[in-house]
Amino acid sequence: MPFSLLKFGLNKDYPFEKSPDLPQPSALKPAYDVVIIGGGGHGVATAYYLAKYHGITNVAVLDKAYLGGGNTARNTAVIRSNYLTPQGVRFYSESVRLFERLSNEFDFNIMYSQRGQLTLAHTDATVRAFRQRAEVNKHFGGRTELIDPVDIRELVPTLNLSPAGLPVLAGLWHQDGATARHDAVAWGYAKGATQRGVELHQLTEVTGIDVEAGRVTGVQTNRGRVSAGCVVQAVAGHSAELAQLAGFQMPIVAYPLQAMVTQPVKPFLNPLVSSSALHCYVQQTSRGEIVFGGGSDPYPLYGTRSTLDLKESLMASAVEMFPFMSEMRLMRQWAGITDMTSDYSPIMGLSPIENYYLDAGWGTWGFKATPISGVTMAQLIASGGKVPELIAPFSLDRFDAFRQVNEMGATAASH
Amino acid sequence: MKILSCPLNGPRNIAEFIYGGQVKEMPDPVHATDQQWAHYVFYEHSHIGVVREWWMHAPSSYWFIAERHNQSDEVLRTYDPSELFAQSEPQQSKTELTLDRPEVS
Repeated sequence: MPFSLLKFGLNKDYPFEKSPDLPQPSALKPAYDVVIIGGGGHGVATAYYLAKYHGITNVAVLDKAYLGGGNTARNTAVIRSNYLTPQGVRFYSESVRLFERLSNEFDFNIMYSQRGQLTLAHTDATVRAFRQRAEVNKHFGGRTELIDPVDIRELVPTLNLSPAGLPVLAGLWHQDGATARHDAVAWGYAKGATQRGVELHQLTEVTGIDVEAGRVTGVQTNRGRVSAGCVVQAVAGHSAELAQLAGFQMPIVAYPLQAMVTQPVKPFLNPLVSSSALHCYVQQTSRGEIVFGGGSDPYPLYGTRSTLDLKESLMASAVEMFPFMSEMRLMRQWAGITDMTSDYSPIMGLSPIENYYLDAGWGTWGFKATPISGVTMAQLIASGGKVPELIAPFSLDRFDAFRQVNEMGATAASH
Repeated sequence: MKILSCPLNGPRNIAEFIYGGQVKEMPDPVHATDQQWAHYVFYEHSHIGVVREWWMHAPSSYWFIAERHNQSDEVLRTYDPSELFAQSEPQQSKTELTLDRPEVS
């Protein structure tokens, strides 16, 4: 054992206590240039890029619970960009590129691991849709191709090629597909932001939003009022609720999404595998656990309670795909509230209130967009409301203009 | 297993039912503006509280209305749609509806 380590072990002075990664909570200041509601990945990423690229550090991130405790901790950590529309592919591809260098940027390991994502087609219609997705993705510089069952067998030898009597006809092989440790992403951003002077206030719930003559002037919290130069909402599942506090509506419906994880086992599954027909996706984390995710609950609910029906059907699908998994034990299961939009694309940018910005409608696709959402929201705030080109298609008013960005086929059950 | 009480079939497993969206008042399709129509199609009551929803009992294809709290998931009341539409439907369109209905004899 190196002597320095032994010396450190015997020392009563712990360096982390002197300079903690996240500074201790301080009192709220009476005013901030930017108030970000929601201390999840998106909120802290926005704060991080505001401080890093735009020099705006008089920023408060408020969270009613704790850092990254909502959907940032509940997603199944899939990173990919094989979407269907050019607008979607451009946006998510940029996010994948940012993820690739995030560990270096943070000097903190987010356990990013690019292993490729495989989506299975069981019908001719799905194969057709996959061809289109592969071409759109390639056009924008992504690595996606259609592969046949022989290649699939080679990639994932343990996969049942006829799950639930649905033969696998082809697969959409997305080499850029990856996974990362979702908590670490939030921690990395929070650390980088607070080091640059941003304040993170946990256990600070926003109870009201003060709007005067079409402009937001501040927010009411359970710890008092703070004035704000502008406000950003990044609260995922409760997006429509918060918008209601600010006095406008959003075309968002909250559905629970359930997932679960098995006990850790030796590595056997490298790519992330999902089946379009079984509504099930399976991946093995770097810790060896198998993560399952599936479709949303069958009806809207503002709750994170799990249901046996959904867990049963999800497990049945997973066992169809990997029959030997029936021997494995589940370790944890959970649900998150997803803010679904009707076109499966986010709502980003301007709101009916002048200096109140939206980062909402993230449904089941929010984690993979964390870095690029932070970058573009920071640009939007720093420019005082000039919408970056990358997020212009995701504006709230697209619904009134019937200009939806339809990503349903590329999103459902293949997060 | 969660139980939903169907006005026609009594209490049944919720897996037998299909959610059909919220009960919304449709604007007149001829005279509504695009914005009104978009609002009708894409927006619904999306905050925490009691919502009025369409549900169908799949085996019997019977549609009814349920009043449910969208956070506690408590179903307060279920009833036949006639209870809601018999009172709000103008007399004229009611006649049209009857005329459109195929003869069953």
